[in-house]
Amino acid sequence: MPRGTSSGNGTSPSHGRPPARRVMAQIAMVMNLDKCIGCHTCSVTCKQTWTNRGGTEYAWFNNVETRPGQGYPRGYEDQERWKGGWRLKGGRLVPRSGGRARRLARIFANPELPALGDYYEPWTYDYANLTAAPLGDDLPTAPPRSLVDGRPTAITWGPNWDDDLGGGPEHLAADPVLKNMNEKVRLEYEQAFMFYLPRICEHCLNPSCVAVCPSGALYKRIEDGIVLVDQDRCRGWRMCVTGCPYKKVYFNHRTGKAEKCTMCYPRIEAGEPTVCSETCVGRLRYLGVILYDPDQVGEAARVPDEKDLYEAQLGCFLDPFDPDVARAAEESGVPHDWITAARRSPVRALITDYRVALPLHPEYRTLPMVWYVPPLSPIVDSLTRGGHDGEDPASLFGAIDALRIPLDYLAQLFTAGDPGPVEAALCRLAAMRAHMRRVNLGDPTDPAIARGVGLGEDEIEAMYRLLALAKYEERYVIPTSYTGTLPPDTIDDGCSLDGDGGPGMYGAGAGAYGTGQGAYGGGDGTYSGDQGAYGGGRNGSGAGPVGIEAFHAPPVAGPGAPGFPDTPDASADGLRGRLNLLNWDGRGTPRGLFPRRPETER
Amino acid sequence: MTHLRIALWGVLPYLVLAVLIAGTAWRYRYDRFGFTTRSSQLHESRLLRVGGPLFHYALLMVVGGHVMGLLIPESLTERLRVGESVYHAMALSVGGLAGLAAVAGLAVLLYRRLRVSAVRAGTSRSDRLVYPLLIAVLLAGLTATATTVTNPYDYRLGVSVWFRSLFALDPDVDAMGHAPFAYQLHALLGMALFALWPFSRLVHAFTAPLGYAVRPYIVYRSRGHGLYRPAAASGSGGTNASGGPVGTGGPGGRRWRRTNRGAAQAHRAHHHVS
Repeated sequence: MPRGTSSGNGTSPSHGRPPARRVMAQIAMVMNLDKCIGCHTCSVTCKQTWTNRGGTEYAWFNNVETRPGQGYPRGYEDQERWKGGWRLKGGRLVPRSGGRARRLARIFANPELPALGDYYEPWTYDYANLTAAPLGDDLPTAPPRSLVDGRPTAITWGPNWDDDLGGGPEHLAADPVLKNMNEKVRLEYEQAFMFYLPRICEHCLNPSCVAVCPSGALYKRIEDGIVLVDQDRCRGWRMCVTGCPYKKVYFNHRTGKAEKCTMCYPRIEAGEPTVCSETCVGRLRYLGVILYDPDQVGEAARVPDEKDLYEAQLGCFLDPFDPDVARAAEESGVPHDWITAARRSPVRALITDYRVALPLHPEYRTLPMVWYVPPLSPIVDSLTRGGHDGEDPASLFGAIDALRIPLDYLAQLFTAGDPGPVEAALCRLAAMRAHMRRVNLGDPTDPAIARGVGLGEDEIEAMYRLLALAKYEERYVIPTSYTGTLPPDTIDDGCSLDGDGGPGMYGAGAGAYGTGQGAYGGGDGTYSGDQGAYGGGRNGSGAGPVGIEAFHAPPVAGPGAPGFPDTPDASADGLRGRLNLLNWDGRGTPRGLFPRRPETER
Repeated sequence: MTHLRIALWGVLPYLVLAVLIAGTAWRYRYDRFGFTTRSSQLHESRLLRVGGPLFHYALLMVVGGHVMGLLIPESLTERLRVGESVYHAMALSVGGLAGLAAVAGLAVLLYRRLRVSAVRAGTSRSDRLVYPLLIAVLLAGLTATATTVTNPYDYRLGVSVWFRSLFALDPDVDAMGHAPFAYQLHALLGMALFALWPFSRLVHAFTAPLGYAVRPYIVYRSRGHGLYRPAAASGSGGTNASGGPVGTGGPGGRRWRRTNRGAAQAHRAHHHVS
């Protein structure tokens, strides 16, 4: 991070000729916590899509945790222990887990890796016992079995074990956020408030998981800012698990590779929302484009005071309505429809226009890109319980100020402890409630309500439309990644997939792998590894369960595939029809493996 | 006997070398996904944090000792006025200590692998071959080192000469053939290990992430390279528009490319973010 920052000229107002400014685009998400009912539909559909495989049983790319609570993995926010994110060292940003030398020195055993028990040990039940148990006096049971080693196991922790405050004060005491607050506040809070916090990978502007990866397997995509793991380059050093302060990179213990939330990039590329967004019952997720200045990122991430990080990150975002920004974006190669999408972006509106969305734990200095509208409901509920009118603007504004407890807790989550921005966001939400109640009841509206929170009445109503009505096409404004230009190679060479190792070379048998690459071209092979290992029936040979040592799908069709070889590059007469041994997967004897025998011997 | 010697010390090394190189190339091309440490630290951390570093660091020292002992001729150290006795005392003490540490680390790791059921369940077939072989190689090597206490055999005039002659494509079969049995056994087991190397988890040694030391922290990559990889791989390489539209430099952006990983990856642009 440290070097190479251009002297901050990205911010200076342009006089005459604007400075050459780079503009990058990011697909970002906002979640409206007021609407989350904790149904876990997002978690379940995500798991069914991405992590329902061996080795990732314990991994939830999307999880919903109850706040206050320990989170998943337990106590992940305690960075003194887990060493995630960045820290400032003499004005320079260094991964909290150590710089390059320390990382390489500890490559043989990562001292800050969470163990499986910190997530939970996945289990199943021995259902066969229900029918296979010998006749006896007792009703047979289905005892739990570990999914890791198959042995009998005692279930002591599981996904969302402390859901809805399950376990009470015993488990709450381990909430790292509550630990930062004083004792009286803690006990009061436990009795008073609860809300849900859905979490996915933050796809940060300054991702520390990428920074600590020794292999360079993790990367941030230039086009849409999605952070991915190249499965073919990951070597399983596990540094990313430590480096991510949100603990959203998981280690697949069967393949030995890191895996993480992909922002459902195949769907995003096609202009569709992520699975978690698509299936969200509460319609609380928003997806859209944000334009930002990459040259500002390093500077923003190392502002000295943690409480300034929220404003600093806001300073990285660029206004797509500004003609200078739009021109710089075009010059930087951001497609035109991405710039128009940024103008219509609900995420940008909630973050920079209405200022009701806040980043999760900005103090980690990763500049996260999944933001949250803090929940007003705990305060409304508390007022209503106390016999007040929870929708009355006067008492609501007073309560936001008076009820320091939820405010402080939310500030610990979203603004590194600074209650100011949280209070402002909650007041805007309260003003929206008050204003819309008057509209709904046919009462005359009071312009002072909107003015009091720095918004106009039309803005309040637009915010209401976005937050409360939340129409599908307004929640998700996602441009596709088709740029309308052809890569130079394809013009002369015909189909770009016909190359060596391309999907065009696949036989019918390896269809799963081939179409995976073909349909989502941009996939970088990021998940192709999983398809190879667990797709089943690779080579079309339909072999049974694939063991740990399962190889990748072959770069060209294997012996099981019909219509094998005659590869074009083996055109030399002596080698015609022969198999390139480098392409042999070691199974069976495909045609062309051995030289053809003379006719007389047959 | 002569035929056996020629086979063992004149032919076998080249076969092993061929298997090692071709096998690694084959695996890299065919199973890049399989190039991993296959770490089991998720299941058990306490023992690994002792055994892992102990074994690996000791092994690195052992490798360094082999490089010195096998590749540096005795004449050179003599010229540097390091006497044979001094050299041997050093090799015995440092090399012996490193060897013992490696054995101790491997013992911890083996204990862990056998006793922790989750780790045991994650053990692959090739592991079951690699672990005994590693122990055997280490013990044979330690034995050979220990014999130098009493035995006056100077391996730098025997084994090392044979080893260097292999690379001159003129194997000095007799130099190895007359070495004590412990050395011969160590060499044979070592060759078995190298032959197994490409087909086991040992390949992770070839992926040591040395580039990390000089890489900028944040890696950017264009989506495009995945789209057009096949064409780039079969072509002369590097023909694709690199880095995508945004990533091609600009104020404050420093370009960083990998050029040593072949054409397929040559056009992945890596950037500094600030």
